[in-house]
Amino acid sequence: MYKIDRYNELAKVVAEKRAENAALEPRRMTAEEKETLLATFHPDYKEGEFTVLSAGENKGEKVPTQLAELLQAHSRINPDEIDLSNPDYDTDVLIIGGGGAGASAAIEADEAGVKAMIVTKLRIGDANTMMAEGGIQAADKPNDSPAIHYLDAFGGGHFAAKPELLEKLVTKAPEAILWLNKLGVEFDKDADGTMVTTHGGGTSRKRMHAAKDYSGAEIMRTLRDEVLNRGIPVIDFTAAVEIILDKDGKAAGAVLMNMETKELLVARAKTVVIATGGAGRLHYQGFPTSNHYGATADGLVLGYRVGAKLLYADTLQYHPTGTAYPEQIFGALVTEKVRSLGAKLININGEAFMHPLETRDVTAASIIRECSERGNGIETEQGIGVWLDTPMIEYKNGEGTIEKRIPAMMRMFGKYGIDIRKEPILVYPTLHYQNGGLDISADGMTGVENLFAAGEVVGGIHGRNRLMGNSLLDVIVFGRNAGIYAAAKAKETAQPEGLTLEHIKKFDAELNEAGIETETVSPKLLPNYARKA
Amino acid sequence: MEKMVNIYLFGKKYEVPAGLTIMTAMEYAGYQLLRGCGCRNGFCGACATIYRIKDKQELHACLACQTEVEEGMYVATLPFFPLVKQVYNIEEIKPTEQIMMQLYPEIYSCIGCNACTKACTQELSVMQYIAHAQRGEYEACAELSFDCVMCGVCSSRCPAGISHPQVAMLARRLNGKYIAPECGHLADRVQEINEGTYTSLIEDLMQKPIAELKELYNTREIEK
Repeated sequence: MYKIDRYNELAKVVAEKRAENAALEPRRMTAEEKETLLATFHPDYKEGEFTVLSAGENKGEKVPTQLAELLQAHSRINPDEIDLSNPDYDTDVLIIGGGGAGASAAIEADEAGVKAMIVTKLRIGDANTMMAEGGIQAADKPNDSPAIHYLDAFGGGHFAAKPELLEKLVTKAPEAILWLNKLGVEFDKDADGTMVTTHGGGTSRKRMHAAKDYSGAEIMRTLRDEVLNRGIPVIDFTAAVEIILDKDGKAAGAVLMNMETKELLVARAKTVVIATGGAGRLHYQGFPTSNHYGATADGLVLGYRVGAKLLYADTLQYHPTGTAYPEQIFGALVTEKVRSLGAKLININGEAFMHPLETRDVTAASIIRECSERGNGIETEQGIGVWLDTPMIEYKNGEGTIEKRIPAMMRMFGKYGIDIRKEPILVYPTLHYQNGGLDISADGMTGVENLFAAGEVVGGIHGRNRLMGNSLLDVIVFGRNAGIYAAAKAKETAQPEGLTLEHIKKFDAELNEAGIETETVSPKLLPNYARKA
Repeated sequence: MEKMVNIYLFGKKYEVPAGLTIMTAMEYAGYQLLRGCGCRNGFCGACATIYRIKDKQELHACLACQTEVEEGMYVATLPFFPLVKQVYNIEEIKPTEQIMMQLYPEIYSCIGCNACTKACTQELSVMQYIAHAQRGEYEACAELSFDCVMCGVCSSRCPAGISHPQVAMLARRLNGKYIAPECGHLADRVQEINEGTYTSLIEDLMQKPIAELKELYNTREIEK
């Protein structure tokens, strides 16, 4: 039961029309309808929320205003005060970030026989990977193929993905699942070993593999366990605050900061992998976020300041179904798997106003339209939302389906007295994923020699929108990829010499020249939620 | 005026709006969190917290990001707990009863007090899954422990010094790798890809002009 009677009353309308709505197969939108919808209602198209960069590699391009402020900010450190001649750490491959991509890279680098080391500003596993609920795509069923997967993802991303990256994503996908399974990841399977797979928004085949609705958590905790078993050093509560270059301009380590004592440390490495994840905690356009606490675009800043180029940094993913009520979990992710299992999106009048499995950008824009122009949203304390008719899952698939397939969702709402088996839930788009990021080649390297990137910090794998289940896949495929290539590159690289932080002064001079006056320092590292008295 | 409640953070009293979680209440009180805050959505186990309501006996454990504040709540966070994780090579161990005896022999010292189950922030049957681990029943141990976020509260209450989340982690990996049925179609597909079965299909797609790809995409058949 909802604590607020009005919701219980409105939920009755949803219940009354459940049978009728369950039988309905809502029409999918045409390409033209989708284009118009996105241009009118998707936050990416909202001019005034973006700033054109006036310094750095992407000068002249627009990025979200909050990101521009961080990209065009000063360093946290004074290069003259850092002694680079006596490093605190020496390693072959330095991995910045302890999420799915960082852990995968570390395991592969270790497998290749080089010294790998992870630094992370929180703990290993405090990452968006841990929170991925719905699943991971791979075309491994007989009616599917990597080519079909390619077309789904390429179209879903508005034909903007870099073909050589997308090709790698889909062809390495089954191998990634097999690798994880061999590490002990428990995928949902039938008794004969057949993978239980479902649709995601925009997929043309059922290729979503899952581990209940703890898919990312199951993958992340297994990767973490493997990293620890291998004895790979993990330096936790230690952030990278600047990339270090060598005399030839190649990446050669990073300046680190102990998050608790603020002590600065120097790590020297032959190659560096940035695997710092996304930016939801920058709350673009005031949106709540489904992201973890540390998602503050640090890797974009580290890379950009040292001369790496960004790709599609102006495109973000707003997950259609963030929690709109209750306030305690406002913005938290309601996995797309809820819709994969048959729940439909319903407006205040009890109408199923769209096909529930359009791509995420289209679905988010459609919900925003329903709640604004069409006036069919349900007002909440925090804002507005539409219904996601979760009881429809059991109406269609039988009792027990929710507890078995989406236990995390049941628990999350259950804590606030809402039984999602019996009551629909209120949802509204939440800032979920950074489609853009550092531009890489197929070997995972950025424009800066020996500087690699993997995971959500990368742009171009998905294009301008991403399908459900392709991000968990991307962190595994490109995490491993970066680990393999960074290790190989480290093997042919001599001990870096002439370590320097000159790029900081260079970038400052460029800011100065562009007339940018700012007191902001970056990377941001953590959001500031502490209330000022 | 919004309703306020009194809570005690590490013994110090703060007045905070009702409806906040313990985590957001700490931030309301002025804390800039560093430890004890991870995903903020109940998946990572970073914010294990214990509390007691003033004048009441019972001690509660919870995740700070998933728990609403209550009047008279005495709160102490548990941002780190020294769990013991044994190191092993997943390729070399086998899902035998002996492996638990070798790696986590302390589980056989369980006195059956059930404090772990009572303390679990995810409401799991912790003592029961440990019982399965003792008997080498890894599938059952994996199933019962699946929703574990490894916050460590169970272990903080254990008189036998068991690191329950690590025991369960081992059981799940053994189950996922060795006990659960192997997936035939997955291995087949990997082999096909390695043999180049799809190479020309994809290369063909990669070379097509966007207009043609749009047509293919917009008219593709979607599995029901």
